[in-house]
Amino acid sequence: MHLLWLIPLLPILGTAMLGAIGALGAIGRRPPKALVTLIGLGAPGLSLALALACLARYAAIYPRPYEQTLYAWTAGPLHLDVAFLLDPLSAVMLFVVTFVGFLIHVYSVGYMGHEEGYRRYFAYLNLFMGAMLLLILGANYLVTFVGWEGVGLCSYLLIGFYYDQDFPPYAGKKAFIVNRVGDFAFLVGMFALVARYGTLRYLDVFPRLAADPGPALAPYALGLTFAGFVALCFFVGAMGKSAQIPLYVWLPDAMAGPTPVSALIHAATMVTAGVYMVARSNAIYQLAPGVSGFVAAIGALTAIFAATIGLAQNDIKKVLAYSTVSQLGYMFLAAGLGAYTASIFHLMTHAFFKALLFLGSGSVIHAMGGEQDMRRMGGLKRALPVTYWTFVVGALAIAGIPPLAGFFSKDAILAAAAGGGQWLLYLVGLVTAGLTAFYMFRAVFLTFHGEFRGSDDERHHLHESPPVMTLPLVVLAAGAVAAGWLGIPAVLSFGARLDRFDRFLEPTLWTIAGHPRAVHEMGAGTELGLIALSVAVAVAGILLARRLYDRPSDGLTGPQEDAAIAARFPGLYRTLANKYYVDELYDRAIVRPLARLSGFLWKWIDGFVVDGSVNGSASLADLLGGFGSLTTTGNVRNYALYFFLGVLGLFWWIALS
Amino acid sequence: MDALLALALGDTLTRLVFFPAAACLPLLFFRREAFRAVKVYALAVSLVELALGAGYVWTHAGGGFARLAGDGAYRWIPSYGARYELAMDGISMPLVVLTVLLLPIVLLASFRGIDRHWRSFAASFLLLTTGVLGTLLAADVLLFYVFWEVMLVPMYLLIGIWGGERRIYAAVKFFLFTMAGSLLMLVAILWMGWTYHGAAGAWSFAYRDLLRLDLPPHAQLWLFAAFALAFAIKVPIFPFHTWLPDAHVEAPTGGSVILAGILLKLGTYGFLRFALPLFPRAAAAARPLLVSLALVGILYGALVAWVQVDMKKLVAYSSIAHLGFVMLGLFAFDLVAWQGALLQMVNHGLSTGALFLCVGMLYDRRHTKLFAEFGGLAKVMPLFAFFLVFATLASVGLPALNGFAGEFLILAGSYRTLGWPAAVATFGIVLAAIYLLKLLQLTLWGPITKDANRTLKDLSAREIWTLVPLCVLMLWIGVVPETFLKPSRAALDGVLTAYQQRMAAPVASAPALLRPAATEAAARVPEGSPR
Repeated sequence: MHLLWLIPLLPILGTAMLGAIGALGAIGRRPPKALVTLIGLGAPGLSLALALACLARYAAIYPRPYEQTLYAWTAGPLHLDVAFLLDPLSAVMLFVVTFVGFLIHVYSVGYMGHEEGYRRYFAYLNLFMGAMLLLILGANYLVTFVGWEGVGLCSYLLIGFYYDQDFPPYAGKKAFIVNRVGDFAFLVGMFALVARYGTLRYLDVFPRLAADPGPALAPYALGLTFAGFVALCFFVGAMGKSAQIPLYVWLPDAMAGPTPVSALIHAATMVTAGVYMVARSNAIYQLAPGVSGFVAAIGALTAIFAATIGLAQNDIKKVLAYSTVSQLGYMFLAAGLGAYTASIFHLMTHAFFKALLFLGSGSVIHAMGGEQDMRRMGGLKRALPVTYWTFVVGALAIAGIPPLAGFFSKDAILAAAAGGGQWLLYLVGLVTAGLTAFYMFRAVFLTFHGEFRGSDDERHHLHESPPVMTLPLVVLAAGAVAAGWLGIPAVLSFGARLDRFDRFLEPTLWTIAGHPRAVHEMGAGTELGLIALSVAVAVAGILLARRLYDRPSDGLTGPQEDAAIAARFPGLYRTLANKYYVDELYDRAIVRPLARLSGFLWKWIDGFVVDGSVNGSASLADLLGGFGSLTTTGNVRNYALYFFLGVLGLFWWIALS
Repeated sequence: MDALLALALGDTLTRLVFFPAAACLPLLFFRREAFRAVKVYALAVSLVELALGAGYVWTHAGGGFARLAGDGAYRWIPSYGARYELAMDGISMPLVVLTVLLLPIVLLASFRGIDRHWRSFAASFLLLTTGVLGTLLAADVLLFYVFWEVMLVPMYLLIGIWGGERRIYAAVKFFLFTMAGSLLMLVAILWMGWTYHGAAGAWSFAYRDLLRLDLPPHAQLWLFAAFALAFAIKVPIFPFHTWLPDAHVEAPTGGSVILAGILLKLGTYGFLRFALPLFPRAAAAARPLLVSLALVGILYGALVAWVQVDMKKLVAYSSIAHLGFVMLGLFAFDLVAWQGALLQMVNHGLSTGALFLCVGMLYDRRHTKLFAEFGGLAKVMPLFAFFLVFATLASVGLPALNGFAGEFLILAGSYRTLGWPAAVATFGIVLAAIYLLKLLQLTLWGPITKDANRTLKDLSAREIWTLVPLCVLMLWIGVVPETFLKPSRAALDGVLTAYQQRMAAPVASAPALLRPAATEAAARVPEGSPR
């Protein structure tokens, strides 16, 4: 376990090596592709092996946390460690990130094999792994923040991977800037902690909060308590990284990056960092019930809002992107309700099935020669059987059909809402579940069922992806089926304690002195009824999608069906298809006024007021100098007069004083 | 005579300061057109100077740079007590190192861009280095003033002779702005010497002596204003900043690098060395004003940088924003913030220096700095793209690069003592991302739109070598800032402790001398850093 620090370092070294062979390539020959693959796959592979070894060792000391300090920064009284922490929460994250990450690296060998920027791609992807591992293994907010911004950088670089086109770099820039808004709040939260506690170390801050919550409950700023203020700051940070309203706008555009990137960064790992952070900071959120309620409300709102947009998207990756935003909303709903373990549970199952779905869509896009519009697909299940079946598994999992993974984790969240008596939030979650099942199966049917609607060229090009791509699909599909079995609720296991996941994470939840954690018990009958209801809603969503898009009784194809719906509800459909015009709103309300203000400052304040007075005083000096030079006549009699006046003046002055 | 020789030839600060100036003399013996020989000579001199600087710091590191120490004091103008004394501590040391490091880099970077009067060009840079080092190391306030003014002339020439089209306007503006500020400072310095004479019975301009001068608040206020104006123009603080974009746009690349990398820091250095410790009560009274101006600088500089159409102007305005962070840190009166501020002075020199070098490389190729002329360069100049992205990310404050370490400490420290203004300043990091990513977007990314850009050559080995040392340092500071924080901790702590003691002491009603014990305590070496 003492090699924990190597886990994030290895992929970073991979990036450095890939960069170095690239630099050599710039001088001489291009580096051989096999070498790039070896490093690009080897670094995260070793990292995965080491992570598994560390986890195996960690089992021996569970549930105690293991902390490892490398070195420190010291500035005056502030002492910040570069240190790593392995505890149950980071253990779960470590497994998810290294395992799913490695699979996606493997998949990328096939997907990116023909790309010109193969080496650059792996350099960025390895760097991402390193930064993500720093984020989850950091033993204090600072190290986590280093990873936090590091993954943001990799996201920027990978979204803009196709840098010689117009849109991808623009989307990357948007992602970075929107994330920075969140990071700003994250930083302020850290400053507040530093000012109050003089440390950012998790195992310093949380025990102190838990033992003596009093000072953190005193009024602080913005009408909040100290805990509330910090909780709000960190949540705003999470809004950026985890794409919640109102900072979600970057994620759909982020689909401009290569598809494996969307799977790894914009679905399975990076975007869940905000959820991880809230769960990590549960000691703070437990002390901030108001902000926690806000978190739950934003989560629920985001979940249903994004799901409705997902209904009307035709780009397969856009559907998945909005679905990700929506599922992240679920996770925040759980975290806001205090069900931190449920949120991490859903994070983990989501990592499997969403990575699976994205990689499946990548396989489709690969077969279609880059086409992402589902209206031009159809009937692909014959040509891509493995992709089809694994994609369906992923769709069933996200729809919450038992006994797949999504069923258990989504149920845990809905149970938390119902158990807490938050029936409105429960209802939103339930409706979202139905919408999710519907739009996911709309995508399944539009893509894989019916007749092929693309060109003949595309039809001839259709092929199942190579094993290097389908194998990760199969492994992830297995995860999407089975990951949920780690957290089977008591009511379904006839009393056997099979909710292992909850119990595993239990030690990372802080018990605040004087603030017992609420435990919500429901009658078994109610709980079973609710489970049946959510399954019924999911099935109804699937059946509706099937009715509309698979066997159109009226002889219409899927896209024609969409057109018919659009014709029936033109305003609603256009609003959804245009994502509620939020991008346009931000552009008009924020970006353009800011640009106008900046232009004004430059042209008027700098150019007119400041420089005007500078140049004005120069002109004034010129003018005065002009008058002054009139006295320099060269005539001796004039000078004698000045002299005489001067002497008179002096006498007068002396006489007066 | 022996003493003079020892001073000039030994391992002394005098040798470090005057070696570049002395090395100008042999330039007279080069033929006018022997550019190549002059280049090699100047570069060799600058490398020797770098070795001298590094050597001096290395051999004197044992003392921890806790207090001012140097060559000892020599009579200069005995009738007025002015002394020749050079001394260094942990506050000036990082800036001295930065100066001698940037000198060879800017000379190397100018090999292609500068195509006339190489002898004078090299001489200007060498004299400028002497001026800058003297300013940083002077331990006598009058001597400081002399070096401060000496610095102006070579910079004026660099802009005025080797600058762009509007070079004369820019040079005159630069000169007058700076001159206007420093004249009032001279008056203040003389007044202080005279007051010291009144209180102690003897003239002195020694920094050490003037620190003991306890002045009534209103006198402090006027003196502080005079010093602060000179330094504010140099930093520059809004609204004294308009000379900067003009000077940068017209200056040759090397001039811009030194201007941004070093000269601006002399303003913030002046605040830290003189304006704050000499006039503590006035500094405290002016704090709301200067914190506000720092905030304005951070936000205003960033917004105006965003709408620039000229790359160099964008970087110039970004300097205003970055220096705003430093000013905020200084007026936080907090050790964490001060450590960050000093680190950020170095950081800004490295990352903005690298950005100006990159802009210069494009200018050497295309003779334009307008964004509209570029786009898509990553395709044809991948190495250039790497370095530009690297420098931009450092400037944007990405963790694990230098800018973050400085900004984080400044803001964390400022938040401790100032509260919400630090939170407002933190918003500057969002704006920094906006304007700096625009820089990347418009130069590197997207399709190539101008045919002239299709055939651009990637960086030469010479160009790479100007950037590599900067990038190595940026990464080093970002990953292990401790290396750079430690040497200045004791000195900063001494200044801050002295400030706090003087603020706690009773207010002086007439000029008086503090007991030496008080200043001794101020310069004491603090025992190990608290955890």
